Formats: sequence, C-alpha cells, structure tokens
Amino acid sequence: MTSPMFHVNQQAVRFAGDPQANLLSVLRGELGLSGPKFGCGQGECGACTVLVDGRPQTSCNLPVWSVEGSQVTTLEGLGTPEVPHALQTAFIEERAAQCGYCVSGILTAASALLAANPSPSLQDIAQALDKHLCRCGAHNRMLRAIEKAAQQLAKTA
Amino acid sequence: MTPTNPPPIRGFVIDRQDGSPQLPGSLHTNRRLAQWLDLSQPGQVQVFIGKVELGQGILTALQLIVAEELDVPWSAVRMHSANTAHGPDEGVTSGSLSVQDSGGALRQACAEVRAMALQLAAELSGHERVSISVREGVFYTAQGAELGHYASLLQGVDLDIECPLAAQPKAPQDRRLMGQARPPRLDLADKVFGHARFISDLRLPGMLHGRVLRPPTMDATLAHWPAEAVTSLGDGVQIWRDGRFVAVLAPGERQADAACAKLAAQLRWQAGSPLPDQHDLDGFLQHAPHQTTVTAERGQALDDWPSDGLQHSAVYLKPYLAHASIGTSCAVALWDGQQLQVWSHSQGIHNLRDDLVKALAAEPVPVTKEQIVLRHVESAGCYGHNGADDVAFDAVLMALRCPGQPVRVLWSRADELTHSPFAAAHRVALRARVDEQGRISHWQHALWANGYSTRPGRAAAPALLAATQRELATAMPIPVNPPLAAGGGAERNAVPAYQVPNLQVLNHRLLVMPLRTSAMRALGAFANVFAIESFVDELASKCGQDPLAFRKQHLDDSRALAVLEKVTSQSSWWGQKEPEGVGQGLAWARYKNSGAWCAAIARVQVSDQVRVLQIDLAVDVGMVVDLDGVINQMEGGAVQATSWAIKEQVSFDAQGVTSNDWVTYPLLRFSEVPEVRVHVIDRPDQAPLGAGEAAHGPVVGALGNAVCQALGVRVRELPLSPDNLLRAVHAADAP
Repeated sequence: MTSPMFHVNQQAVRFAGDPQANLLSVLRGELGLSGPKFGCGQGECGACTVLVDGRPQTSCNLPVWSVEGSQVTTLEGLGTPEVPHALQTAFIEERAAQCGYCVSGILTAASALLAANPSPSLQDIAQALDKHLCRCGAHNRMLRAIEKAAQQLAKTA
Repeated sequence: MTPTNPPPIRGFVIDRQDGSPQLPGSLHTNRRLAQWLDLSQPGQVQVFIGKVELGQGILTALQLIVAEELDVPWSAVRMHSANTAHGPDEGVTSGSLSVQDSGGALRQACAEVRAMALQLAAELSGHERVSISVREGVFYTAQGAELGHYASLLQGVDLDIECPLAAQPKAPQDRRLMGQARPPRLDLADKVFGHARFISDLRLPGMLHGRVLRPPTMDATLAHWPAEAVTSLGDGVQIWRDGRFVAVLAPGERQADAACAKLAAQLRWQAGSPLPDQHDLDGFLQHAPHQTTVTAERGQALDDWPSDGLQHSAVYLKPYLAHASIGTSCAVALWDGQQLQVWSHSQGIHNLRDDLVKALAAEPVPVTKEQIVLRHVESAGCYGHNGADDVAFDAVLMALRCPGQPVRVLWSRADELTHSPFAAAHRVALRARVDEQGRISHWQHALWANGYSTRPGRAAAPALLAATQRELATAMPIPVNPPLAAGGGAERNAVPAYQVPNLQVLNHRLLVMPLRTSAMRALGAFANVFAIESFVDELASKCGQDPLAFRKQHLDDSRALAVLEKVTSQSSWWGQKEPEGVGQGLAWARYKNSGAWCAAIARVQVSDQVRVLQIDLAVDVGMVVDLDGVINQMEGGAVQATSWAIKEQVSFDAQGVTSNDWVTYPLLRFSEVPEVRVHVIDRPDQAPLGAGEAAHGPVVGALGNAVCQALGVRVRELPLSPDNLLRAVHAADAP
C-alpha cells in the first residue's frame, strides 16, 4: 500500500508509516497537534472527533489509509485566537466548559452541525452531540453557547 | 466500639493547633508573603498557590480575589499552579476548601501588600494615607497625581516575611469585582483553540511511551510470563515485570500500544480472592468485617427508646461508582541520575511526593524528597482520588530505568474504569419515631461502607497502585475516613441537620477492601443525604404532612430555610399539578454540615426508566467570589449527580471489574440532560464556602423523592435504573 496522502487543516500531509495506524495517533504524534484528545480509543466518547471532508468522525478508531485524499479538519483548523470561529468565541464568552477536555470534539462536531443546519433548535444540537460525553456536566452551557454562535453566524452571514 | 479516626494528617484540614498565631486560610501553614506573591515586575502580579485547577475554575476565582484586593487589572495577575519547588504547600485540592483556604490566604496576603505599598506611597509623597487611592495597580493622590505602582513602591521591600496580620481585606461595600465580575476563564482559551495545556499534551524531546498491564483484582497474581514475547514486540520496545507490575516501554506511542496488546494476549493471571456478589451488596456490606464508631449521640440511650408513636425504618443502598473522567490518567517523569522531575495531575503533589519517597525507600539507591520536583499540570476533570497518583509512580518506575530520557505513561480507558479507586458502596439503615405532635423524637442512622480515603501521603505505606504490585510489595492501605473536623468521610452528612432530641449515628467502617475505593466528590454525603432526605419524605407522608412543611418544622437554621424558600418560591413549576408518570421532589443539605447550603427540587418522568426533566437549585456559599463559577459548579454538580443517580454503577464478577468502557459504564448524555436553574444567595459579609460538592446530595435526594411521587413506589436502591425500579415495584406488590 502506498503512503496515504491527505490534507490536515489545509496542509498536505503524506504519512509514510503503517497505513493501519489510527488517525488520532498520527495527528497527535507525527503532526504534533493537541486539539483532538484521546479519551477511549474505541470511538465511544467523541473526544478525538475531527472533520473528514466536513463530516464529524472519531479519529481514534479510524485507520489513516481511510482518509486518503480527504480534507481533515481538527480543532486547530476551526479558528485561531486572531481569527476565531464563532463557536470558539461563544464557548469563551459563555464559559461553556469545566475541565474542557471534551470541548475539542464537541466544537468540531458543532461546526459541522452549523454548516449543515445554520439555525438548529436546542434539541437538534443535543441530538448532534449525543455521541459526545462530558463528565463535568457542562452540557447546558455548551448547548447555549452553540445556539449563541448560530445566532452570531446568522447575523454576520 | 473504638475511636478510629486518625489524628490530623496533612491535607485533610489545616492544622491550626500548632501554637502559631492564627492566620487566615493556608497562610497559617505557609506564613511568608513571598510564598504567595511576587510583585517585582511592573504591571504583573505573580501568584503562587498550592491548589490546582481540576476544571472547577479555581484559578479564575483566585485571580479575581487578587485583582480585587490589590486593585490591579485581572489580566495582570499570573496564576502559578502547585509546584513542590516553590509556592505554598496546601496539601490536597479537595473538600470544596480552595476558596476558603487558598482564597482566604490570598485575600489577606494581598491586603497586607496593598497596605504596605499604600504606606510607602504616603511616606514618599507626604500625602495622607487615607487620601491615596489605587486604580489598575497605580497609586494616586486625591488630586489624581500618580505616586507610582506596586513594583516601583515596593522596590527593595522584602516580602519574604511572615504575614504581619496588620491589614484588613476589603469590606463588602468597597468591593468592585467579587460576586459581580465575570472575567474569562483563564484556562479556557487554550482549550478551545487546541493549544497544548493538558498533561497529555506535554511532549519532551526524546520522550518514551510507557504502558502498564495490571492484574484484574487487587490480589490476582501473574501465572504465566511469556519470556519469548520479549524478542517479538518490535524495535526498541522494552518490557519487564517486577512482581505483578508489568511494564511496556517504547519509543513511540503506537508501538507501546501494539506491544501492550500483544503482551496482554500472552499473559495469564491467576485469580485472587473472589470479589463479592455485585447483586448482593447489601449482604456484603452488612457482613464484611468492620469497625464501629459512634459519630453522634444525644438524648436517651438506645435501649430506652420508646416503642409507641409512629415507628418507621428503611434501608438505602448506593453502588460503587467510578470517577470516569473523559481523559485517562497520565504522567511524565524524568530522572537524570540526580533529580527526579515529575509532571502530574495529582490533587496533592506534596502528598504524592511523600509517597514516592516511601515507595522508593527500598531501592538500592533511594530517591530522597529533596531530589524530587513535582509540578501540577491540568488534566481532564478530576472528581477525587483517581489514577493520577498511580500513573505518576508508574512513570517514575520507568524513568528510573532510563536515566536522561523522559517517560510518559498513559492509562487506557479500561485501566481508568477498572484500576482507579472507586467511590465506596454504601448502605444506610434509618430508623425513627414520630410523636403524637408530629415531631421526630428519635432518629438512628447506621451506615456500612469502606472509608472514603486512601489518598497518598497519609498512611505508613504508600497508597500507589504499583507499590502494591511490585516484587517487594507493600499492602494497599485500607481506607480511613477523614476526621469529622474535616467533614468526615463515610459519615459525611450522616448527622441530620433536623432538630431531633434523641439521636444516634453509627459508622461501620469496613476492614476489607475487595474493590479499591477512595475519595470521590461529596464522599459519604451522596449516600447519606439520599437516605436522609428520602426518609424524611417517607415520614412526612406517613404523618400526612407536606414534605416542605414537615422539614421546616424540624429546622431552626435560617440559612437552610432561606435556600428552601428560594428554590421553591422562584420555581415556575414547583407544586403544579402533574400528568400521570411525572413527579416532583425536594431535598436539601448543608454540605459537610459546615459548608454551603443547597436545596434542590427535581421534576422527573418515569416510564420503564427515569427521565429527569428539570432541576432547580438554590445555594448559599456565603460571600460569592466568582458568581458564574458558582453557577457552573452547581449546574455541573446537578448533572453529574443525575448521572450517578439514574445510570451509574460499577459492575463486576468474581474475577474482576467488568464495566471497562463507555458501553458498560454509561454516563448521562446530551439528550438526557435536564434543564438546570441555579439561584445563588450572595452573603458578602459571610465567609466564602466552596460550591463544588454542595449539589450532589440534595440532587439525588430530590430525584429519589420525585421518582417516588411519579411511580407511587419508593426506590431505595441506587441507581434509579429500570432494574431497581422494577424490583421496587415488585417488592411493593408482594403480599
């Protein structure tokens, strides 16, 4: 098998190692990213969620060969302190976290939701995030922050 | 019956009986101002604390206190988390004490420094001290002329002095931030932009990756060690065993995981003593060897209790619960032959250092306390004594074999859910008598549980998992309960706050520990408040009384009455007529009987399972520091307590823990989270109290009572799961 080639946050990447390697380990290891988190290694908690061609996927159980030719977006690709995504701004303003460990996966998944559905109801948001676990109980804050970001995006659209 | 609570040990509570003049909070045991503050750089205040950020937002709350007392911009305040090399030793970040201990110390230390700078400004300028004001860290005359800032005024002043206790922190009317300001959480920007902030993000050059394979139970042994595996695990992979401690070390993380999986498939463990029957926790807790202490006693001797009047008794049960943090335990260690550096998310880095020294005492060349530097680094949410300390020792053991190379150890999800200490299973038997006037005259509370603490640094033997598994093993200490002065452990909140003339509270502490247990959020308060507040509702019902009115009759604590009044009167749904299957419930507690007051009301829908619709809370934490921080803690506490109450229990069979992933240990999900409303009663003239653990007891109590109203049957066994609901319904139907 040839080395899979793909894009991470719009940078071209060729991974020369074992194509069966899980994507999370490549993002955090070879690429040195800190956004996607290790939580379970089984795709059950959502902490490692990234976008693959715009769709949220858990990266801990995704072999790197499967993203050949794809656009992978991590939390770092959503925005920066200088040019933040509306979701990142809203999470800071709403203090939508306690420990913040699950936030990376949740922000990433929420960005896909807002791209597909610019004005989701709280129920739509909860549904979209139902695969994501938060142990601190910051759920309601995150729902409010995502709703606020959607409103913000609608204003600037 | 013998007294079993140990004498005060560091980290449970500040030792105030040491003969020194009393100073506020942790200043008492860390008395020099320079331990806390450095104002030598213009425009910056460096703050050193011994408490750590667990996700509770303590860094932001303490930053706010400093900005308030010094009148500096909050952005000028740089917070430095616990580090053994400098800053105060504040024991363990636990018990909802950080705002009291660390906050109390910082308020006083800042007030002293401010007074010193003010005095110098007055002396240098010849202006009256009272006429000088401080804004944004700059000192001004009444006419607005600048007199300097902290760094310039304090130049050459030695802050390495004992706190003189010469200044008063700001009076309520002079405060401009506390209870009002909402600065950004200072850790949050890093977390929403994916910057390296968590311990698992720490990468040191040349870092090796370690994994540990662990026996399935506390006393299982290694039956087969496949020597042939050593050569087939890949380049640069090292494995070794030290008794029952099996280590894997590799240059890369994937290699470590692959080698670990390969080796795990070849290892065979010999089962140890069988674990108790998960489905008969009631029998296990009652019959396991235990030691009994009287936590409280007043009025008539038990033998003289009358048999007339309304008599009622009931038994309540809480299963083992897991911390179940979303991140797994992680640590990095580096040994250079002289110094041992450790990066850890431990809640008590000084305690951990003490245990590392104990655990390494039998090494050919022991590592001394002076050789160890421990730094706290944030991790995923921490709710008590989890695997943080254990994994730090795992990393140390590996680092000692590879001098000069940093070693990072990360636990797997299964490790986290099966080898971290659990919150103890807990049985409560309640018995009461109500007299003809409808007053509770007699009350007995007996509980059976393991002690709620095996935190490091407190026993003669180290409380580190690997230390109990190596060839030269020491036994894991049997858990003890923190002293009552620190709120107790299993007996936390076991003494009812109701006015009851005749009372006995008994604590049966287990002397065996088949499943490893230690401190988890709220300790015994979760089970005790569930039992007490369920039982009070049962008594009220038997007396034909309204639950709220019945409680009020037995309370003379005005702050308790205030939270009850607040939460019920502000609710949009409390007391409304509900459709069939929907119920409402109420409960309250003052955490530790000495901390924050919290009342909760819950609204649930019960079909074959419980769906929690709404939870309203009222809380009195005394002086509010960071209002939104308090609300966040209360909201989170309510949601976490809901998850514990309706979904969670550690599952196990005779050979080991079987709840080892998120399918077998489910948490409350986004679609299941109730709406939560929080009312905060601010009392700026009262001492501040922690909010972190105040909600758990009242919420589970309110849920139990709401389920009873919806179902028409009392469920006394947690979780309030379909199985336990069904069992309760069948028991109620039985002739």
